[in-house]
Amino acid sequence: MKGVARRLKQDDNVNTDYVISGRYKFSIEDPKELARHIFEDIDPKFASRVKEGDFIVAGENFGCGSSREQAPQSIKAAGIKAVIAKSFARIFYRNAFNIGLCLIECDTDQINEGDSLEINLEKNRLKNITKNSLLPIRPIPPVMKKLLSDGGVIEHFKKYGGFKFDS
Amino acid sequence: MGQTIAEKILSGHCGKKVKADDIAVCKVDFYFGQDGTSGIIIDNFRKLGNVKPADKTKFYMVIDHSGPSPSVGVSTIHKKMRSFAEEYGVGLYDVGEGVCHQLMPELGHVVPGDLVIGADSHTCTYGAINVFSTGVGSTDLAITLATGKNWFRVPRTVKMIIKGRLPNGVYSKDIILHIIGQVGANGCTYKSVEFYGSAIEGLSVDSRFTISNMAVEMGAKCGIMEADKKVLDWINRIKKHSQRRPRPVFADIDAVYEAVKEFDVSRLAPQVAKPHTVDNVSPVDEVKGKQIDQAYIGTCTNGRFSDLETAARILKNKKINPDVKLIIAPASRNIYLEALKAGIIEVFIKAGGVVLSPGCGPCVGTQGGIPADGETVISTANRNFKGRMGNPNAFIYLASPATCAASALEGRIADPRRYV
Repeated sequence: MKGVARRLKQDDNVNTDYVISGRYKFSIEDPKELARHIFEDIDPKFASRVKEGDFIVAGENFGCGSSREQAPQSIKAAGIKAVIAKSFARIFYRNAFNIGLCLIECDTDQINEGDSLEINLEKNRLKNITKNSLLPIRPIPPVMKKLLSDGGVIEHFKKYGGFKFDS
Repeated sequence: MGQTIAEKILSGHCGKKVKADDIAVCKVDFYFGQDGTSGIIIDNFRKLGNVKPADKTKFYMVIDHSGPSPSVGVSTIHKKMRSFAEEYGVGLYDVGEGVCHQLMPELGHVVPGDLVIGADSHTCTYGAINVFSTGVGSTDLAITLATGKNWFRVPRTVKMIIKGRLPNGVYSKDIILHIIGQVGANGCTYKSVEFYGSAIEGLSVDSRFTISNMAVEMGAKCGIMEADKKVLDWINRIKKHSQRRPRPVFADIDAVYEAVKEFDVSRLAPQVAKPHTVDNVSPVDEVKGKQIDQAYIGTCTNGRFSDLETAARILKNKKINPDVKLIIAPASRNIYLEALKAGIIEVFIKAGGVVLSPGCGPCVGTQGGIPADGETVISTANRNFKGRMGNPNAFIYLASPATCAASALEGRIADPRRYV
């Protein structure tokens, strides 16, 4: 999976209120419409800067705070293919894989805005094409990998009629 | 090897003995959504195909975050929730009943030993009455609605021992703000936190909810306490609503903890979380004198009867500063009624406050009480993120009901200890 790195103005503890503000998520139901407002409170021009297929790159504890699923939903609807961060908060982590949005955990210090990246989930590494360097990524847990390959938990449920994990 | 409370409750709900890091598919005792999350629960439940609620007595929707509705968009979501409730015969608490995290325990939906999920991050609140409860997203909730189950990764546990006796004018809100300031917003990510110690034992059940409520602000999956006599008495008092039997769960003596942290609160000062993160905490002395434009007392953190009572004691026979808007939202209809009977609501009105209908109030910026650009709010809520109350150009400080009431009187952040 290839994409371009998009860094936010804020690195650590990007909470789900910042992903999509409560004033939108309570009144707008269409994810595509919500996607026009992502990160508005911390980075007002982000939504217009991001392009289909981009990756968001951030620091620690991405997605902390509220359980709103509109957060991963609007990121996905903005065309973002993966979020790459040093760590994620747990509710956001589940929510993202549940809707088929890929999250990658690795050291993001050496990734800059506009870098071309390639994620390899088989080899658990991330190639920074711009910098010609390789970064190890934390393997995605088997349950999450299964949900991702099925296209999210809804599709997983429809396929198996319940939970089907190897562990 | 012994088990923690989280390991025991999850084991009891999946039919085998599980330990930290295991994956368990568990039966869930109760599950719910609120008006910010139920829309997607409904959509995704329908996407599952030809399914029905696994047990319609175990699911509720609550209209609390944005009610009475301030806009056509919100009204449409509320209507969708009402239609779904009618179509499937599931429960709904409509506008004015209260905040979901007050209603679930108060109306007897959750009892000690339960496994509970809610499509709201502060579902961890009922840890205070020995419930493994945690927030999930709407899709997870939809799956549980259809199956009665969900999968859980068994969390590792951090044990926190809170010792000492709280000084006058210092409350459970100050304890949890202090802890979050110490460990940070990422300090317990994915962990179950077990709270123990003489300071916890000394607190009322109402006050304990405040602590478990904010466990998620340090990243925790849940914040659990033991069910002692106070909890069981509390459950007995609400028994009229529930036929469910409490099943208190205790950790084994040889349970394995990832870390043990101790705090002594004997000399703790009132604490304040400064903009724009919950872990940006300092004693009230360091922010005292900061001018405020609004004070808010309420929410799932501090909208309970004892919170309102504490605030009313400070405001009785006084007038708030004329430059301050004081907003109060009781956490439930029952609390509102109790406060009315006790004369507390009258104190607020006479002092110059505005009392809103039971619910989340202006906490998440979707209804009455949105601050203007550059305004400063002191609030009893659990989050002070930029834009949280509906305006990214406002500044939110978090504190106890006493600190908020004292600040409303003075028109600036004030130390409540001289008023109690």
